[in-house]
Formats: sequence, C-alpha cells, structure tokens
Amino acid sequence: MSEKFDVIVVGAGPSGNAAAYTMAKAGLNVLQLERGESAGSKNVQGAILYADALEKIIPDFRDDAPLERHIIEQRMWVLDDDSFVGTHYRSDAFNKEPFNRYTIIRAQFDKWFSGKVQEAGALVICETTVTDLLRDEGNRVVGVQVDRDGGSIYADVVILADGVNSLLAKKAEFHPELEPKNVALAVKEIHFLPQEVLQERFNIGEEEGVVIELFGKITQGMMGTGFLYTNKESIAVGVGCMLSDFKEQKTTPYALLEEMKNHPSIKPLLAGGEMKEYTAHLIPEGGYKAIPKIYGDGWMIVGDSGMFVNAVHREGSNLAMTTGRIAAETVIDLIKAGKPMSAANLEVYRSKLDDSFVMKDLKKYQEMPEIFHENRQFFTTYPELVNRSAHTMLHVDGVDKKTKEREIFSSFRQKRSLFGLMGDAYKLWRAFR
Amino acid sequence: MIVKVEEKLFQNRYRVDSDRPHVKIVKPDVCEYECQTRQCTVCCPAGCYTLEGNGKVVLIADGCLECGTCRIICDDYRNVDWEYPRGGYGILFKFG
Repeated sequence: MSEKFDVIVVGAGPSGNAAAYTMAKAGLNVLQLERGESAGSKNVQGAILYADALEKIIPDFRDDAPLERHIIEQRMWVLDDDSFVGTHYRSDAFNKEPFNRYTIIRAQFDKWFSGKVQEAGALVICETTVTDLLRDEGNRVVGVQVDRDGGSIYADVVILADGVNSLLAKKAEFHPELEPKNVALAVKEIHFLPQEVLQERFNIGEEEGVVIELFGKITQGMMGTGFLYTNKESIAVGVGCMLSDFKEQKTTPYALLEEMKNHPSIKPLLAGGEMKEYTAHLIPEGGYKAIPKIYGDGWMIVGDSGMFVNAVHREGSNLAMTTGRIAAETVIDLIKAGKPMSAANLEVYRSKLDDSFVMKDLKKYQEMPEIFHENRQFFTTYPELVNRSAHTMLHVDGVDKKTKEREIFSSFRQKRSLFGLMGDAYKLWRAFR
Repeated sequence: MIVKVEEKLFQNRYRVDSDRPHVKIVKPDVCEYECQTRQCTVCCPAGCYTLEGNGKVVLIADGCLECGTCRIICDDYRNVDWEYPRGGYGILFKFG
C-alpha cells in the first residue's frame, strides 16, 4: 500500500469510530485499522450508551443503531454479606423521546458504527494489528507499521484510538506503562433470559431498562463496584476493582464475580439465565492527574488510551466519542487552513478538550481516586454499618426505638471514632464538590 | 468457593494462533526464585497462569481475554512480554 492518507486511525472502538466518521464525512482520506475480525470483536463494555455524545456525531443514530433498552430506572445498592440498602430512581420522564441513555451490546453496536464510518467514505481494514509507529528524522510520526506483508502505511497524522493498553503509545514513549493504581480490572458475564421473564422480574415494559450499581461487601474490601444491566433478552452482570487492590489479595476475579452473583439479593435476578460469554477488560480510572500527553508531532491520543474515563459517574464511551470527535475536528480545521500537523498546531485539541465537559468533569473529581485508595472504610465499614442500622430499626423485637438509635450510634462509634466519622464526611465532601 | 474458570471460558469464541503465543514469561527463573507473590496466578481473569508444585509458574495463553492485567501487575519485575495477537487471532467477543 503505497498510497498516502490524510489520517490513519488505529482502532475501531467508540473513540476511533467517532474520529474516523467525522473526518470521512468532511471528505478527508481516512484509513482505519482494526485488529479484530470485525469492529467490536475485541471490545468490552458494560454497556451503557449515552445518547448525547453520539447525537453530536450521528444525529439520527436511533433510526438504525442496535440499541437494547432505554434506561428508566437507576438503582444504587450498598451491600452487606446478605443484605442491601438501596435507592431507586425511576421516572416516566425517562420514557419520553429522545431517550437519554441505552444499554447496548458492544460487538453489535461497534459493527453498526463501523458501517457508518465506511458509508461516510473511510477505508476500514480489519484483522490488522498495528505494531509500530513510523517516524521521520525529526521524530515526527509519519505513519504506521502493520503485521501484514509490506506493512508500512503513511499519513499526515495518526490518531491512536487503540484502547486502554495502548502498546503503541508506550513503545513510542508517549507515556509510561500503566500503574496498577490507575486501572481497574472488570469481569463480566452475559446471561440470556426470555424477554417476558426479564421484563416481569425488573418491572419494566417492552423497551424499558434498569441499571443497578453495586457497592460494598461484594468487592471484598477492594476499591471497586459491581453492576447489573438489562439488555433486551439478556442481563450483563459484572464487577471491577483496582489492580493495585487485586494485587494485594488472594481472590481470583472469577471467584469474586461468582460470589457476587450468589449474593441473596442478586441471585434471584439471574435465576434461570443461560450464561453465553465471559469477558474481562481494563478500565483506566486514574482520572485527571493520570492523563498522559495526548498530542505531538503527527499524532493524537483519544479514548481509553488517554485515560478518558469518569470513574465516579461510570462514563467512558461518551468521553471516548467526544475526544474522537474533537480530535477529528482539529485535523479537519488544520487541513482546511493548509497547516501542518505539528505539535504546536495540534495543541488546539487539548485546549478544546479543556473547555469541554471531558476535562471539566475529570478535573472536578481529580482528588477522588486518592481519597478512595486511602480510605477503605468507604468500601467495608460503612456498607456494613448502614445495613446493620437498617436491620436494627426494621427488626421488631420489643426494644424501643430510642434504645435502638443509641445502639446504632454506638455501633458507628465502635467502628470509627467521632473524629474519624467527621473526617470521612469531610473527605467525601472534598472528593465530590 | 471453588470456581472453574474453564467452564466460563468454554462459552467464548477464540481463534488460537497455534505455536505463536502473544504473551510470554521473559525469565521463568524470576517467577520461580525471586517473585514471592506470583499474583499473576491470582489476578489473571482467564486463569492462564498456574503455580506448579515445584514452584514454577506455567503460562498457557490460549484462553487469554487480552485484558493486560498480567503485564501491569508484574510491575516489580516487568517479567511479562505482552503483545497483541496477530490481526484476526485471539479472543473474538460475540457480545463484548
């Protein structure tokens, strides 16, 4: 392949597809390379699609995108060993079109998105792994090396949308190896159930969906969360914890998931389902402080490869699509202006991101990872105390309520000093403000 | 709780690149004699790493889910050589 492209996009996940689509639509000569047999075959997500980020790229995506259910109810459960205390928010306002978020199955969704990229005019080549970046004498990125014969391909700019592991960025020394404290490992299963059973079990209609976020004992003291999402005729159930925590204990990820699935509050929701796939994936959760350099001479980084995940709000694919779109718009503007893809010119990408919700949100929660890393009580002591307090108050046994209140207060005091309790409240406030 | 990961992996679709594993242990001696924790045998979500009775760590990457965990947690020794499989090979997610 001796042809030179305007741009090469490495990877066909949400960020790569957003970038490739936006540039192809604007008439650029785009090559997109994907190592899977098709777009999506290497990709894993919960998965929730936030409509807004995709609307800005493909406004009428609802016409033909493979969407599972729109979410009408969000449950948040804090679990002890055999109980949970939870909040549910359900609103018919979520039943009004256009819907705000959907569950999706990534293998299908990414394939659909990739179809749109091809319709827009990009050349998409699958089953091709990019092994290296090509540089000129001035160290400028000028193309990529692939694992096929005669595999040097050239372009004015290369967009790395190669996901959380981003071996390319590491080999090129754009950023160092990921640290265990900045990534979570999530494992997930998909369980199939008849549609009617699923709808009855979750009290939902034909197209409606529920998400459950799980927090507490299920992560066995590790910093992490679990989730359960309803698809059309399947349930995605998974759990993720920081690698730095996984490293310090002896429970395997699959045993952790199995134990969570067997929790008495979760087991009935999955009963009778048929498990059809088991997946694992890393989530870059280091936040704002862990974002590497995301542009340079002839290159840009988008999506998971750039740590663009808001762990607090479980948002990632929308940040991926937004960074992909903004990187693409930066390239389009430079090409129109006849300017080179130098680091100085590509700096616009970073400043546009700084002005967007992507960096604003990540910056807002920048202290969060550290606070949770250093304060395990949020994952262990408090879920236990909250559940046991609920039990004490709701268990009718002839003891008066005033005495029960005293009992609850003293159980908090035993586990945590008054100073500790106040300190924790302050830390939470500082993390979320 | 004893959980057999093989039963989970059995549901997955793979195209294994025979005789070309994309993950390798760089120096087996480091796992055997230097590493005290051998957390790869705990943390790999596909159970690709097993600790043998003689103290050796054996890696069979056929069931690899390509997550990258083993490479990142081996931060004391950097003893895992981790590349992506050749294009089209490895795990092929049906749902993802």
